[in-house]
Amino acid sequence: MLALEMYRSVAKTALGKVAGGRMPLLLTGAAAPLRMVTLEAPRVEHEGWARLRVSLSGICGSDLGMLSGRTSLYFQPLVSLPFVPGHEIVGELIDPCGDLEAGTRVVIDPVLTCAARGLEACEACARGETNRCSRITVGDISSGLQTGFCHDTGGGWSQQLSVHRSQLHVVPEGYSDEQALLAEPVACAVHTARRAAVKPGDRVLVSGAGAVGLLATLALRELTDAGEIVVVAKHAHQRELALQFGATEVVAPSETLRRIRRATSAFMIEPEMMAAPYLLGGVDVTVDAVGSKESLQTCLHATRAGGRVVLSGMPASADLSAAWFRELEVVGTYASSRGAGDFATALDLVGHDAMCRLAKTVAPYPLHRWREALDHAHSAGRLGTVKVAFDPRQTK
Amino acid sequence: MTRPGFVLEVDDRTPPLLVHEGLGFRLEEFPQGTRVIYPPESLPTVPDVEGAIRESLENPVDSEPLRELMFPGMRLTIAFDDLSLPLPSMKAPDIRGRIIEQVLTIAAEKGVDDVEIVAALALHRRMTDAEMRHIVGERVFRSFAPSGKLYNHDAEDRANLEHMGQTEKGEDVEINKRAATSDLLVYVNVNLVAMDGGHKSVGIGLASYKSIKHHHNAKTMVHSRSFMDHKHSEMHSSAWRMGRLIGEHVKVFQIETTLDNEVFGKPYDTLLKREWEWSLRDQATVLGLRRGLAVAPQKMRHKMFHDLRSNYGLTGITAGAVEPVHELTVQRVHQQQRVKVEGQSDVMVMGVPFLGPYNVNSTMNPILAACMGLGYYFNSYLRQPVVREGGVAILYHPLDEGFNTLTHPSYVDFYEEVLADTTDPALIGPKFEEQFATDPWYVHLYRTSNAYHGVHPFYMWYWIAHALDHLGDVIWVGGNPRAAARMGFRSASTLRDALEMASSTVGPSPSITYLRNPPHLLADVR
Repeated sequence: MLALEMYRSVAKTALGKVAGGRMPLLLTGAAAPLRMVTLEAPRVEHEGWARLRVSLSGICGSDLGMLSGRTSLYFQPLVSLPFVPGHEIVGELIDPCGDLEAGTRVVIDPVLTCAARGLEACEACARGETNRCSRITVGDISSGLQTGFCHDTGGGWSQQLSVHRSQLHVVPEGYSDEQALLAEPVACAVHTARRAAVKPGDRVLVSGAGAVGLLATLALRELTDAGEIVVVAKHAHQRELALQFGATEVVAPSETLRRIRRATSAFMIEPEMMAAPYLLGGVDVTVDAVGSKESLQTCLHATRAGGRVVLSGMPASADLSAAWFRELEVVGTYASSRGAGDFATALDLVGHDAMCRLAKTVAPYPLHRWREALDHAHSAGRLGTVKVAFDPRQTK
Repeated sequence: MTRPGFVLEVDDRTPPLLVHEGLGFRLEEFPQGTRVIYPPESLPTVPDVEGAIRESLENPVDSEPLRELMFPGMRLTIAFDDLSLPLPSMKAPDIRGRIIEQVLTIAAEKGVDDVEIVAALALHRRMTDAEMRHIVGERVFRSFAPSGKLYNHDAEDRANLEHMGQTEKGEDVEINKRAATSDLLVYVNVNLVAMDGGHKSVGIGLASYKSIKHHHNAKTMVHSRSFMDHKHSEMHSSAWRMGRLIGEHVKVFQIETTLDNEVFGKPYDTLLKREWEWSLRDQATVLGLRRGLAVAPQKMRHKMFHDLRSNYGLTGITAGAVEPVHELTVQRVHQQQRVKVEGQSDVMVMGVPFLGPYNVNSTMNPILAACMGLGYYFNSYLRQPVVREGGVAILYHPLDEGFNTLTHPSYVDFYEEVLADTTDPALIGPKFEEQFATDPWYVHLYRTSNAYHGVHPFYMWYWIAHALDHLGDVIWVGGNPRAAARMGFRSASTLRDALEMASSTVGPSPSITYLRNPPHLLADVR
C-alpha cells in the first residue's frame, strides 16, 4: 500500500527547527522527515483489531509541529519511528471488528489505551479517562500515544491501517466523509470545553481561530453557559467563522489585551525592558488554541486572578510569572475522554449548521501531493482553509 | 497699519497656495474662481505688557480693584488655562505667568497667605512639571509647586469636588472644592478664539465629568451654531447658566487676554504671509522647508514642528466681572480674526495643521485631526457655515500619525471599538460614553499619568456633530484611506480627485472656498 512515513532524521529535524520559521518552504521540502513509500499494510494480530481502509485523514497542527521539529523532545519516547502519521481518520472497516461488520463507516478515537494494548485497565482507563492512560508505551503494540504516532498500527496518511474496536465510533447516517473527519478534532474541543470548567456568565477568551480555536469556540458556546466569548483571529475569514461558531467578539492579536482590558475594566500594566504588558483583572477563562509562546503569554496575561488557562494547543514555553502571582489554574487538555462521552457529543455537534458549512471547505489532497498538502496546511489560515486532509482514494 | 482679512478669488495669476497637512504643508493650485479667505494681519500689540496687566487689575470692569477684594486670612485661589492654549505654546514668558506674578504681588502686599494655584484642565491631560513651569514661570513654579500649592485640577478627585447645586435646567454644577470654597477665585485666561473664556473658564475648566456631560454631548453640540458665537451656542448657554450659579457661591475675578496672529516664529513665519507677497527669500525658505520635510523621518518632522514656539503678542487684557469682561474680549478677538464673507459655497477646503488643542507635545491622531478640521475650523464662523447645507468639506491631513498611548489611551479603544461600531455621534453617546467615562483604568491614567480622560474622544466626536449633520460628504486629501474609512469619510490623492468625488454631491462645477489658516480666522458669512 502507499503511505507517507515519518522517519528519524536528526539533520532534517534540526534544519526545520532552525530555519523553518524563516524559510517555510523548507518544512515541506528538504527539512521534512517524511517520505512516500510502499509498505506492507499494517496488521495487529491481537483480539479486537481490524483493518481500516482510509477515506480521509486530516492534517493536524500537532502533525505539522512534529514534522517541522517544533514538538518538544518530551514526546520522543511516546512514539515509535518510523511511523505513518495521521490520527484524524474516517474510513471503512475491511474486516469485521467485534460487533461491527466489514464495510462499516467509522471514525476513530486515536488514543491507544490499555484496551488496545491488551492490558488490564490502568487507573485512568478504569475511570474512563482514557486520554490519561499510563500505559501508552507498553503492551501488544509498540510505543505510541495515538494512532498516527505508532509504528505497528499505521496511520491515516496511507491507504490502510489497523484499528482497535475500543477506538471506533460509527459514523451516523447522512454525514459526509468531510463531516465525519471533523469528529475527532471536535471531540478534542468538547474535552477542552469540559476542562475549561466555565461557570454561567463567565467571560472566555479563545486565543486562535484555526481549527482548534474555532471548534473550541463552538463547544464552549454549545456546551457551557459562557457569557462573552472573545476570539483572537488573524485573518478576515477566521473572524467570520469565529462569529458563526459562537464568538461574541473577534479581535486581532495586537489588540487582544487592550480589548480585554476594556471589556473587563482591568488595569493594564506595562513593565520596562520590552517585557510584555499584562492585565490586573481580565477574563475568567482563557483557552490557548495556538500553542505559540505569544498566544500562551496572551492567555496568561489576560486572565483574572484565580482564573483558568486551558492549554488546548501543544504549548510552547512562556513566562509563568502570572500563573504564580495571579494564582491561575493552568490546565492541559489532551485528546478526548471516552468515559465522559466526548466522542458521542462530538458526533452530535458535527451536525451543527456551522460544522456542515465548515465540512464543505475541507481541502483534500492525494497522498503523492503531500508536499503541496503540507504547504497548504502550513498556510491554511492565510489561505482561508480550516482543514486540509489526505484522500488516499484520489490518484490525481 | 494692519490690513484686514479679505477674500481672494483665484485667477490665472494666483500662485499656488499654501495648505497645511499635519507635519508638513503643500502648495496647491486651486481651480479658478475659488474663494480664499485670509485672516487679518496682526493687530498692534500692547507696548507695556506689565503696565497693561497692572492697569487691568487696578481698574477692572464692573468690579472693585483686585487689591480691594483681598484681605488678610482669606482663601485665594488662582486658576489658569492649561497648555491647550495658545497654539503653539508661546515663547517664555507666557502671559499667564506674568499675570499670576502680579496677582501674587498684590496678595502678598495685602497679607494673603492662603494661596493655591490650579491649572484648570477639566478633563484634559495633566501637565508635566516642565509644561506647568513654562506657563507660570520659574519663580512661581519654584515657590508653589514643591509645597503642593500649584497643581493640576483633578476632575475625578471626589473628595475635592464641590457640588454647588443645579441650574434652572437641572444641570449639575460641580467644580474644584478649593476654588468653590475660596473667598476669591481669580481666573487667568488666554482667549485665543472666540469660543474660549467667559463662564467656560471656571464652569468647565474646574468642573467634573458629572457637570461637563450636561453640555458636552451630541445634542448640545449639534445645536451650537456656532461655538464662536456664545449667544448662539447651546454649549455656551449651558456654561453661562452654570457660571451664573457659581457666581452666586464664589466671587470670581476674571482676567482675559487676547493675542495677535503671530502663530509661528522664524523660520516658519513665512507660512503666515500671503503667497503672492513672498519675497525671493520667502520662496527659498518655503522650498527649503518642503524639501527638508520631504526627506525627514516622521519623528524628526514631529520634533521640528512641536518644538516651535509662537511669537504671540498681547492685543489686550481686561479684568473684572466675567460677563462684561468677556464681551470686551470677544470684541477684540473678532477684530483680530473676523473676515466678512459673502454667501456660502458648495465646497469648503481646509488644511489641518500639525497642532490642535489636544495634541500639544503629542501626536495628531485621526480623531483629533477630524476634530481640528470639522470641529474647530468648520465651526469658525458667525451667522452661518462657510459651506452650504449638504455641501462638501475637503480636508488635508495624512491621518497617519497613529495614537500616543501615553496621552490618548482611550482614543485607541474609541477608534478600534466605538468607530468600528458606529460613527453617528448621537448613537455612540448612549451606547459607549458611560463605559469609557467610568473605566477605572482610564480614570487612573487621567489622575496619575498624563492621559486625557477616558471620555475625551467622545467629546472630540461630538465636536464634529454639527459638521456631520450639515455636510453631504467629507473627503481627506492625502489621508490614509483606512483611517478615513474608519471615521466614515473618504480619501483622495489629490484635490482634483477630491473634487471629482465631490461632484456626485455638489455637481461638476461647485463653488469652492478655502480657509487659509492658520493664523486663526473667523468667517462672518452673510
